[in-house]
This record gives sequence, structure tokens and C-alpha cells, in this order.
Amino acid sequence: MNIDSIKNGVVIDHITAGKAMQIYNMLNIDKLDCQVAIIKNASSTQMGRKDIIKIASDIDLNLDVLGLVCPNATINVIRDGEVLEKRRIDLPERIVDILRCKNPRCITTTEQEIHHIFVLTNAEEGEYRCMYCDTKVGN
Amino acid sequence: MKNLIDILDLSVEEIDEMIAVANDIIDHPENYREACKYKTLATLFFEPSTRTRLSFEAAMLELGGRVLGFSEANSSSAAKGESVGDTVAVVSGYADIIAMRHPKEGAPLVASMKATVPIINAGDGGHNHPTQTLTDLLTIKREKGSFDNLTIGVCGDLKFGRTVHSLIAAMSRYSGIKFVLISPDELKVPSYVKNAHIRNKGIPYEQTTTLDNVMSELDVLYMTRVQRERFFNEEDYLRLKDCFILTPEKMKLAKQDLIVLHPLPRVNEISTAVDDDPRACYFRQARYGKFIRMALIMKLLEVK
Repeated sequence: MNIDSIKNGVVIDHITAGKAMQIYNMLNIDKLDCQVAIIKNASSTQMGRKDIIKIASDIDLNLDVLGLVCPNATINVIRDGEVLEKRRIDLPERIVDILRCKNPRCITTTEQEIHHIFVLTNAEEGEYRCMYCDTKVGN
Repeated sequence: MKNLIDILDLSVEEIDEMIAVANDIIDHPENYREACKYKTLATLFFEPSTRTRLSFEAAMLELGGRVLGFSEANSSSAAKGESVGDTVAVVSGYADIIAMRHPKEGAPLVASMKATVPIINAGDGGHNHPTQTLTDLLTIKREKGSFDNLTIGVCGDLKFGRTVHSLIAAMSRYSGIKFVLISPDELKVPSYVKNAHIRNKGIPYEQTTTLDNVMSELDVLYMTRVQRERFFNEEDYLRLKDCFILTPEKMKLAKQDLIVLHPLPRVNEISTAVDDDPRACYFRQARYGKFIRMALIMKLLEVK
């Protein structure tokens, strides 16, 4: 399957296979009116299989989301058909107002106008916990 | 301004300092009778609690201060849907310090972001209860003389027991500590607590499902309640509950200088026949709770 290269925009590469749609939704890519290609299960020498998202527009990506969902992803910024910049994702220390705590006993489930904040508690395992109730993301 | 939300907000030095003040209050209560004169403590208890609220109120009254507050959410503006942030913003205008219990985990942290006076977490759901841990620490210090080189057994519900998690976190900062974790498989210490405070610090520990086998090793035994509703089925509960009941027979296996702690309320996990054993410290522990809260209020209000 061939998908054209983009001239200007952003390519999110090395996404763990199966996670492209999650990133697509969390980055609100559906709201963009430019061309977007989602490639699932592309073959990769490094990873076996990977997902790729190509966005034919200069957009500001919320790297915190990427760091959280897929810290191994890379970002290629494309200008005039060339890779202008290649960025690796770092795990952010704090994630603000992207996720919501799943603990039904957490104060964030009832308190109005509160920032939903998660703190990196284990960088090796990419573990984040709710700043208020310490519940682990994913639990 | 400082708050107490989590026991780890306090350094080992700050805890030592508060324990020294609490000991001095016990020895010379007359010196502290006006320490907080003209100061007001608000006890905002969004869920009922007898011991903790009375202990805070007794502490402030013995310091010569005043208390106001409510003891259940129904009698507060929370019943009308007011946020925690708004409630404490208002109460900050009426009190110099706030002790707050709330069923939602993290509520005191939210309160500390909005209040203009110090906030003390008096228990937030199953999350934290730092003044209970301060009480436990004062008890251990008074009864054992030191925090170092102790084998500490924690028994019962180690999964949901917030007091156990905080005690492990606090005691893991001292040297020569060994933990013995005694619980049914269903109620073991969660791995994140074990990793953060025991394994990652290289602290020796033992995990077991019966009290009898380890009684003779312990310097401190911290008992908690095994609640019926925590079990998946009645059979497991009935099979396991007796393994975690402290009886005079089990006490015979223990060291002569063991101390038995319990955050209370007790249901049946410590037989009342143990109460007369001098090693049973839980009622003294409840009494110490008032003194350490006095020291804490003084520290947060910055009065001498």
C-alpha cells in the first residue's frame, strides 16, 4: 500500500501498533480540515509492526499526550518535502487536563472547575498517578 | 503557610520536633494552656468520625483556643452542592486553621489550594490519614524509645488500610527497620506501596498469612480490621478471619516488650481479653493522638 509523502506537515512515526486511533482521538485530529493519513500495522524493522499518522498541515501537537500514550513515538516535522526536524518524545513530568481520573472516589469526579493533573511517578515504567488521589493511570 | 495533607509532607526532623513538643505537653500541660488563645480551629467533617474530630477539638481546647465546625455533610453547605474549594475559602475567613475529613480522596489537597489558612487532612476516603500516622509514631517513640532497629508487623487488611500504607511510608525512613506483612492473599499490601517504600529502599520484609508464625519476631504489632465486605465470598471470610484475631494465646508467643497498636475502632480483631496485657497500647495510643495534634496545630499556627 502506498501513501504519498507530505510536503508540509507532521509525521508521527513509530507509534506502537494499534495505538494510532487513540492518539488520533486524544489529539483531536478529527477536528482538522487538512489531509490526514492513518497507517496501521506498517512493517518496521525496529518494531515489527507500527502505526503512523501523517498530517498535511503545520499544527502544534500536544506532546504531553504523545508522551503518555506512546513515549517511543517520534515526530518528524516536514517542510518542502524534507525532514526539517526529528523529535523524540520525553515523558512529561505533569499531564494537565488531558485525562480524567477513573477512581470514583477521587475529588476530581465532583469538584467543579478543577485541573485534572497527573504526575510522573515512575519514569522507567511510564507510570502516572492522579495528583489528588494517587490512582494509577490505566487502573 | 504549611498544610498537612500527606505524612510525607513532613520531614523526619519535623516529625521529631513535633514528637518532642508532644512529649513536653504530656509532661508540662500547664505551659500550653494558653498557647492558642484567641485562635480558632474549624473542624469540617464531611463524613462522621468520633475519635478524630473529638481529638482535634480536645487538642485545640487544651491549647486555650476555640473550635467551630460541622460533623456531617448534611449539616453543611455541601448538601446544597457547594464545592470544597468554596467552602474552605469562606471558612478561611472565620478560622485560623482547618481540620478536614472528606469522603472524596484528594479533597484536602484541593482545599489547601483555595484556603488562606493551614489545612490539616483528617482523613480523605481510603487515601490518607496523616494525623493517625503521627499518633502511631508518637506511640512507638514513647513506648519503644526509638524508631530504629524495629521489626514491625502489620496485620489485617493491608490492601485498603490507609493507616497501614502511611505507617509503612513513615517508618521506612528510619534505619534498621524490618517489616512483616501479615494478611490474607486477598488483602496484601498493594505493589506500588511495597515498591515505593520497601523494595526500592532495600528494606527487609516478610510476607505471611498467619500471625502465629511471626509473633515471636515482632517489636511492634499494628493490627487492623479485616472487614467482611472486602472478601469475594463468605466462605473465604469465615476461613480466614480467625487467622487475624489477636488472642491471649497468640500474645504468649510474643516478646515481653512487644507493643500492640490499633488505629481503632476495633470490632473483634483483638480479643478484649488482650486489653489488660500491658503490651496492649491501643487505648494509650488514642490518648496520645490528642497530644500530637496539639503539637501539630501549634506548628502550623507557628506558635511556641
